[in-house]
Amino acid sequence: MASVTQTVKPISRRFAVPRVLRSIIGSQEAVLFLALVLLIAYVGNENGRFLATRNMVNVFSGNAYIAVAAIGMTMVIITGNIDISVGSLMVTLAMFSGAISIYTHFPSWMSENSIIWLAWIAPLIVGGIVGAIIGFFVTYLRIPAIVVSLGFMSILKGILIIVSEGERITGMPDGYALAQRHPLEKVPLPIFEDFFHGLTMPIFFMFGLIILVALWMRYSATGRALYAVGGNAEAARLSGISEHRILMLTFILNGFFVGIASVLYATQFSVIQVTLPPIEMTIITAVVVGGVSILGGTGTVIGAMLAAILLNTITKALVFVDISPFWMRAIQGVLILITVLADLLRRQRQSA
Amino acid sequence: MQPLLELQHITKTFPGVKALDDVQFDICAGEVHALLGENGAGKSTLIKIASGVYQPDAGDILLEGKPVRLGSPHEAQSQGIATIYQELLLYPELTVAENIFMGHAPRTPFGAIRWISMREKARELLASLNIYDLDVTRKVGALSVGNRQRVEIAKALSLNARILIMDEPTAALTEADVERLFNIMKLLKGRGVGIIYISHRLQEVFDMGDRVTVLRDGRYIGTKAVTDTTEDELINMLVGRSIDNLFPKAETQIGNVVLEVEHLNHKPLTRDVSFQLREGEIVGMAGLVGSGRSELAQSIFGLLPAQSGIIRINGKAIRVRNPRKAMRHGVAYLPEDRGTQGLVRQMNLRINMSLTVLRMLSRASFINRQKELKLALSTIEKLSIRAYSPNQIVGKLSGGNQQKVVVGKWLATMPRILIVDEPTRGIDVGAKAEIHRLMGELAKQGLAILMISSELPEVLGMSDRILVMREGRIVAEYSRADATQENIGMAMMGNIENGHPVEEHQMDGV
Repeated sequence: MASVTQTVKPISRRFAVPRVLRSIIGSQEAVLFLALVLLIAYVGNENGRFLATRNMVNVFSGNAYIAVAAIGMTMVIITGNIDISVGSLMVTLAMFSGAISIYTHFPSWMSENSIIWLAWIAPLIVGGIVGAIIGFFVTYLRIPAIVVSLGFMSILKGILIIVSEGERITGMPDGYALAQRHPLEKVPLPIFEDFFHGLTMPIFFMFGLIILVALWMRYSATGRALYAVGGNAEAARLSGISEHRILMLTFILNGFFVGIASVLYATQFSVIQVTLPPIEMTIITAVVVGGVSILGGTGTVIGAMLAAILLNTITKALVFVDISPFWMRAIQGVLILITVLADLLRRQRQSA
Repeated sequence: MQPLLELQHITKTFPGVKALDDVQFDICAGEVHALLGENGAGKSTLIKIASGVYQPDAGDILLEGKPVRLGSPHEAQSQGIATIYQELLLYPELTVAENIFMGHAPRTPFGAIRWISMREKARELLASLNIYDLDVTRKVGALSVGNRQRVEIAKALSLNARILIMDEPTAALTEADVERLFNIMKLLKGRGVGIIYISHRLQEVFDMGDRVTVLRDGRYIGTKAVTDTTEDELINMLVGRSIDNLFPKAETQIGNVVLEVEHLNHKPLTRDVSFQLREGEIVGMAGLVGSGRSELAQSIFGLLPAQSGIIRINGKAIRVRNPRKAMRHGVAYLPEDRGTQGLVRQMNLRINMSLTVLRMLSRASFINRQKELKLALSTIEKLSIRAYSPNQIVGKLSGGNQQKVVVGKWLATMPRILIVDEPTRGIDVGAKAEIHRLMGELAKQGLAILMISSELPEVLGMSDRILVMREGRIVAEYSRADATQENIGMAMMGNIENGHPVEEHQMDGV
């Protein structure tokens, strides 16, 4: 029988020289990483203060909660769906978390510490439950995710305004401020001690969760099934993969990661604002610029994380090179369009 | 007489398939010319060329003797060629009158639509077809299929069509509607319109047609005047006589019954279907598209769970609610459309092949990459898939190799029952032979195979036993020795019930 090697010569032989280059350009993660390094180097060169430890920590931590929320959104978009309620959900859960931490009528046997833990954990569970409800509408009632999440966005906003009465939450206990902790503070390090000591909790959450989820999505059977459902739901179903199970899991995990992000968001300052910046748009931008195809089936959480960091780096950098930060919105838009165009080209090359 | 439209020496090739090879066809004023052929014979391609959807690779199109180019459906329409497709192309949210005059409504000098005169004209047009019971202000979405078809015909006439192409117009109609359609066709004939009529129902061809042209495998077989031919002759022309020796069916030891289906229903797609499948046996399943073959397969595989009936595997009655259940009982289903049902095209070979066995390859829910790679490499070798690496994107493989990947992913599940749905559709002759050889080998190893195919030579060549489905039922069964293209063709077309020819009077309403 004909052996595998003999049959067809690699098509890429024709482009033997720039092959390494091609694989870099072909990977959105590599492009983003390169862009990030070049941007930091360039702005650092223009204005040395940009590279100061404190600023660098800000560059990496500022969008960490966005990156954590982008984990769930990445999965949702890979399955070919979308969730535009995550911004409202995140602020609602943040308020919920803050409210627990300052609630005074818990039974007396609950220590202050356990109340803080409750304030950290409860949003994850509630987030998962909301995700399950959205997932149920999408999976079993076959309503398009954009419609379901649009509805939930309104519901959550309404609840938020009524319950909070527009008041911000303050007076949380000291131990509550998870996002302001510096886990490596007391660890002696030979080099870059300042930098590592300055690293805040959200950075660890971001890198830790992203690495775990990236491995899970790449190497687990469920992760594989997730990509298959997004790539061709019909073929996945015919292969014995339960599309319903995967979709439900995706939306539950999405709510869960929004829950984690909401705790990071709630604990970053000493007040919790209940105003609503368009967080969901930033999250979706990070996911799309991170190389997750809006048509489903491809992309990684690492790309989404790099894009989230890149977006924050650009925001921070604008000040240092004397460009109005109001340009940020427009720059985000351009990045989205460039990414979508690149994705289109890649798809065309694949089907050629 | 000068034909209205002539198609001469038409050849059209699609990637991997020669859809039409030197085909000719013509239509005269005031005649109904029927176009016959099995699924995939090239009828659709031919009418798409006549209606400007496709351009031929070679050949001439003559309109009243003068060569023309029909570059788009719009150009064909402006030359007076209108097409009524099986799926009617109307706007359900617009009214009858609006649909009829879509794109060419009467207008005022300022460009506004003259609504009243448009409705008036629509009414006149319908009246000229003896249609008086259709309210032109009703929304088309609320009409019956038969009425929608009448709207389509009126629309074609509003464009002054001289040639009307009708693609299986009676397929979805009730008997009364068929009658009305035929009356309208007679009316149009009388006015000198030439009608190209496509149908699977031979009886209709004899009722309505003046001439009939038969295509087979993209080739022109012949044209007959309806008065000079018989059903038997047409069926012979349709299915052909020669079976090439492309199909090596090895002698196998046929063993115990593995699959037993009793009174299976998924109405209206399948009705009261019963059959058996044995170890080492290949059972061919013939029938027209829409006869319920794929739906039957999907009921057994759990995609369309049966409403009633019993499925037994190895003598044990089981309930198949989803594909996963069916797979657990050793059933594999190679779907009809490998692009949309079989493969995740943007993923690579390795991933596609392991999709059916992710659990088997996993420990603690993480995939064992070594095992996965080994599976991919051995499948590539065993099925001689022409790929340079297991990491090649499947979308880039040829049709035949893609099909082998789908076969491979199902063989990985080590099935005892393999259902294949059009296993060699759209793949080249070499790959076809390889897939046939493989199916023969698998049967030899004791696999029970149910093969759905629209290619009669394939069914006859590969099968130990042949079942014929029509309108959701199994209407005939033949052993390998008894089966001929003729009797299978007759059973498919509706002239045989339970292996016996149907009496003339029973056939009328079909």
